[in-house]
Amino acid sequence: MSSRPSAKPAAPAPSSKVKTLTIDDRLVSAREDESILDAARDNGIQIPTLCNLDGLTPVGACRLCMVEVKGSSRLFASCVTMVGEGMEVVTDSERLQKYRKTIVELLFSERNHVCAVCVSNGHCELQNLAQTLGVTHLTVPYRNPKLPVDASHERFVNDHNRCVLCQRCVRVCGEVEGAHTWDINGRGIGARVITDLNQPWGSSETCTGCGKCVQVCPTGALTEKGKSVREMSKRTRFLPYLTMMREDRSE
Amino acid sequence: MISIEDLSQISQTEREAKDAIPHQINVCVAASCLSLQSDKVKEALEKEVEARGKKDCCKVRGVGCLGLCAAGPLVAVEKEKVLYHGVTPADAPDIVDALGAGPVARIQGNLDAPFFARQQKIVLENCGRIDPERIEEYIAADGYLALVDTLTAMTPIGVVQQVTRSGLRGRGGAGYPTGLKWATVNKSQGTKKYVICNGDEGDPGAFMDRAVLESDPHRILEGMALAGYAVGAQQGFVYVRAEYPLAIKRLKLAIRQAERMGLLGASIGGTTFSFSVDLRLGAGAFVCGEETALIASVEGGRGTPRPRPPYPAESGLWGYPTLINNVETLANIPTILRNGPEWFAKIGTAKSRGTKVFALAGAITNTGLIEVPMGMPLREIIFDIGGGVPDGKAFKAVQTGGPSGGCIPESGLDMPCDYESLAKLGSIMGSGGMIVMDETSSMVDVAKFFMEFCMDESCGKCVPCRVGTAQMHELLRQISAGEATARELALLEHLCDVVKSTSLCGLGQSAPNPVLSTLHYFRDEYESKIAAGEAAAAGHAAAHAAPAGGAA
Repeated sequence: MSSRPSAKPAAPAPSSKVKTLTIDDRLVSAREDESILDAARDNGIQIPTLCNLDGLTPVGACRLCMVEVKGSSRLFASCVTMVGEGMEVVTDSERLQKYRKTIVELLFSERNHVCAVCVSNGHCELQNLAQTLGVTHLTVPYRNPKLPVDASHERFVNDHNRCVLCQRCVRVCGEVEGAHTWDINGRGIGARVITDLNQPWGSSETCTGCGKCVQVCPTGALTEKGKSVREMSKRTRFLPYLTMMREDRSE
Repeated sequence: MISIEDLSQISQTEREAKDAIPHQINVCVAASCLSLQSDKVKEALEKEVEARGKKDCCKVRGVGCLGLCAAGPLVAVEKEKVLYHGVTPADAPDIVDALGAGPVARIQGNLDAPFFARQQKIVLENCGRIDPERIEEYIAADGYLALVDTLTAMTPIGVVQQVTRSGLRGRGGAGYPTGLKWATVNKSQGTKKYVICNGDEGDPGAFMDRAVLESDPHRILEGMALAGYAVGAQQGFVYVRAEYPLAIKRLKLAIRQAERMGLLGASIGGTTFSFSVDLRLGAGAFVCGEETALIASVEGGRGTPRPRPPYPAESGLWGYPTLINNVETLANIPTILRNGPEWFAKIGTAKSRGTKVFALAGAITNTGLIEVPMGMPLREIIFDIGGGVPDGKAFKAVQTGGPSGGCIPESGLDMPCDYESLAKLGSIMGSGGMIVMDETSSMVDVAKFFMEFCMDESCGKCVPCRVGTAQMHELLRQISAGEATARELALLEHLCDVVKSTSLCGLGQSAPNPVLSTLHYFRDEYESKIAAGEAAAAGHAAAHAAPAGGAA
């Protein structure tokens, strides 16, 4: 996948102007190259996200961060929508809650997310989302697909049953590590993350074994070997730090 | 350097050569007739002409689509104004015999029939009239005149103004004002700019772009060069799906011919304007018709859409301002510049100017390609031009706009066919596919068919489209099989709302449309399936309860 410089500038342009807008009836100010999501977070307003991760190019894929903007009947993915002067943003409404719950339900129905036996149980972003949004059961039927587990790598495991296709692994590998081991194969409901040209992870020639993909994975799809139920917690803090250090050096 | 004089010289030579031969037999060699072996018919006719030594007075030519695909292979005898349909190689001797002696009644088609008489052709004006593999014939039909004339007589912004004044709107489906798009790209800052022709026609039952590319490829190249001049681009790409091998072959040939004549390449017409065109082939993904996915595909990446803004007009191919227009939109451009925007704006309705090409398919007598002024009532298109539903069956619905569109019932047929009216009916104009369904069609199955299409074609990037279409398809399967209850129907409606409102690109946002429109107009069909499902469920429950009751 190609990273687009226009989607989110790495460093604020010196000429970037400050805009004032309203988020959930609160007046906030933000640079014009900031997304609604960033502006909201800067002001302590939490919007649910899944594919978004600080330090990676936003892709707007999970659709959980959608917000309402007054004057438009359309919804906007706040991670990829830049702020505008006088914008009136609503981050939480009955309609948004309804959609977010359904999207989380769709994710649970898509593959085999069985928390009770998952190494990421208790440290899983999908599980957290379900709890925050009050998804106690599914109204859509489970699809129960038969999916493989790739444990060919000496230190890591890729369990397709837990993957939500957020593309964080694809982005961190391409944009931060620079290896581009991960990509997506197939399309629609048949899409899968793959290593190299769809060969076992363990035989990948491009994988550096850095483990960044494992740390940024929001669920128990990419995990370290040797962990039992509830033992796999992820460390994503390295990413903003790396990004910040690289920006410093380029200036 | 080619000039207006050179063009008229070529045109005159070509016309004189044509006039020297009294009889012209035109054989349709576009995909539909070719699939019925019109190439064999052409061969047989050529042999027959040769065998009788009539080569000086009779010429057999391959031409583009003649329109009435249902009755192919089609052969037209030009000056006599005779059309033969369902021609086989065995008919060749009779056709040659009949030259100048009255037509062969056995296979003669009626050119006065509404199918031909009610059409008005701009985009298809050369289809079936010129040999798509010879640039001279396009030039003889006033081709490239607009380009060479415009380059020397008009400023780029002047061209944009002409297109704006014509009122032309995008023919890819959404109907965005073409002039406005051109002006945006013209004004966008960029060291480079690109023009892309979107020929990734993928709607089931749609074949308008294929016909234009196969029958009149130079028209697209001329339109692209004019667009390039207007917006300040020097490079164009035609994105065609690989499933159209004949269109690709003819485009390649056309590009080479235009380059040789100096109508593409450096310093066109002796001006400082340079413009080259290259082909890019789609690998079979419907979503690549969406502009940002198409751009990703041209760049060599995975064809998935990205959020807009930024729009391609601002940041498109490799980050440069990019103009993306549909094949039919670009095909209108040379004629608009040749005849003037006022001429074009007189055709059609106040908000939808010009003509629209439709591909008639499904339960309709005259399957084929037509071009009519915007605003013609659907009833006239389907019953007069299309000849109505065959085999004495009753009309049920017409589906416009492919998987993004909706089904329109009998009650909507008197609405004029333009962008606004179709939207009011819960459908869209779309790219021009029109699938007619008769009384035997189950509308639940129609919705299921289109949902399966969207599910298969979803790229998988965003959650609502990837999982939502699969869930909706399963629900539609259950409803269709009589296995569903009211709960499943309610869930289906809820998912339609979620997928429509939250999907990333147009594919997902419009995927629920066939379900929503059939639910709106044919809810009774869903409800009778649900009633069957409820009855089965009740029966099932009773069967379970019975042994328990018996034991007690």
